[in-house]
Amino acid sequence: MRGHHDIGGAEAGPVDREEHDLALWEKRVDAMMMLLSQKNLFTVDEARFAMEKLPPNAYENLKYYERWMAGICDCLLRRGVISADEVGRKMAEVKARQSESA
Amino acid sequence: MSDKPPIDDAHHAHDHGHEGYDHHPARADDDEHLSYYQIMEIAVRELLIEKGVFAADDVRSAIDRMDARTSAQGARMIAHAWVDPDYKTRLLADGSAAAKELGIDVGPMRLVVAENKPDLHHLVVCTLCSCYPRMVLGIPPDWYKSRSYRSRAVREPRGLLREFGTEIADGVEVCVLDSTADMRYLVMPMRPAGTEGWSEQQLAELVTRDSMVGVTRPTL
Amino acid sequence: MSAPLETEPPLARFRVGDRISVRRAYPPGHIRTPWYIRGCVGIVDVLYGSFRNPEELAFGRPGLPPQPLYRVRFQQTAIWPDYAGARHDTICLDLYQHWLEPA
Repeated sequence: MRGHHDIGGAEAGPVDREEHDLALWEKRVDAMMMLLSQKNLFTVDEARFAMEKLPPNAYENLKYYERWMAGICDCLLRRGVISADEVGRKMAEVKARQSESA
Repeated sequence: MSDKPPIDDAHHAHDHGHEGYDHHPARADDDEHLSYYQIMEIAVRELLIEKGVFAADDVRSAIDRMDARTSAQGARMIAHAWVDPDYKTRLLADGSAAAKELGIDVGPMRLVVAENKPDLHHLVVCTLCSCYPRMVLGIPPDWYKSRSYRSRAVREPRGLLREFGTEIADGVEVCVLDSTADMRYLVMPMRPAGTEGWSEQQLAELVTRDSMVGVTRPTL
Repeated sequence: MSAPLETEPPLARFRVGDRISVRRAYPPGHIRTPWYIRGCVGIVDVLYGSFRNPEELAFGRPGLPPQPLYRVRFQQTAIWPDYAGARHDTICLDLYQHWLEPA
């Protein structure tokens, strides 16, 4: 099966040349990727593979740094650095904080 | 660094805005509605800080280093190669070592410089993801990471170049470099005519990010 | 118990100028040999040395022994039947030795 990332030569339309400055959260995702691979918690290869295994519509539905974040979290879970329960609880906590401050 | 606003907390980012990141001010986070993955980013980062994997300062410093990297680094190397033939030889033989000579740390990246010639034009792409020589060019632009660029650069490079306003004559070979492994490619554009006697700094200003990816050529 | 991992890279099979073909293989997993180049014939341009295998690294394994890595140059007209550019246009990819066969 051809991976959804393996797109050299696939049909595609004109290139959209508009550029966007990275949002702060995107920079943090990027920084985390650099820090975690430098600390050898997982390799860039593992992170790429994790992104390649996202569902086929991940390209349409998720932005570039959303896919990276999904990949980073997957690697951390696989490597046992964090547990699924920990992530779930913390995400709920963050969401609750957000509702409180809104 | 201690007077910079804390970035650990979306709430604080909302209050303090994004002053303190001078080079590339970030777009304000839309704190009214954090997406699933924005929430995940905060959660994972806080967990990792709690576990001592890294400190909040580490993230801040990594962002500062990222912001400080622009295509000016790459341009310095190219301009220096244009005026110093021995440096050019070394640059083409080992891009990483040549970068280090100018005080540019490329880390573990293997930098390979591809020289454009009157009959040869290079174009860089990463069809499988979006590998890019970030240490000398900064963060890649959105179009470099787009599906259109990644799929078309290998199959119809000349049509793609035309969209960037670059017409390559039929007699010139277009060579696409697909970064499928650890090498990161930087194009050395040809030095434009009419720049005799220019200083390195003036020359560096001609070397744009886009010309080092290969989608454009430097113009006066 | 498995044997200790080999850390010495295999000898480089190919030299600059050799004609090689990219294997027509379609393994699962994390593969850095793009679909579009499989089965194509090219010429070895550069021998980069040996590197840990990304196909194994992707599974959190050491990726040893390191594989010789080559930059291989292909004629665009040999890849795309309808290539619309100039006939002498080329493309280079960085490919691991275990994907290459003599052509």
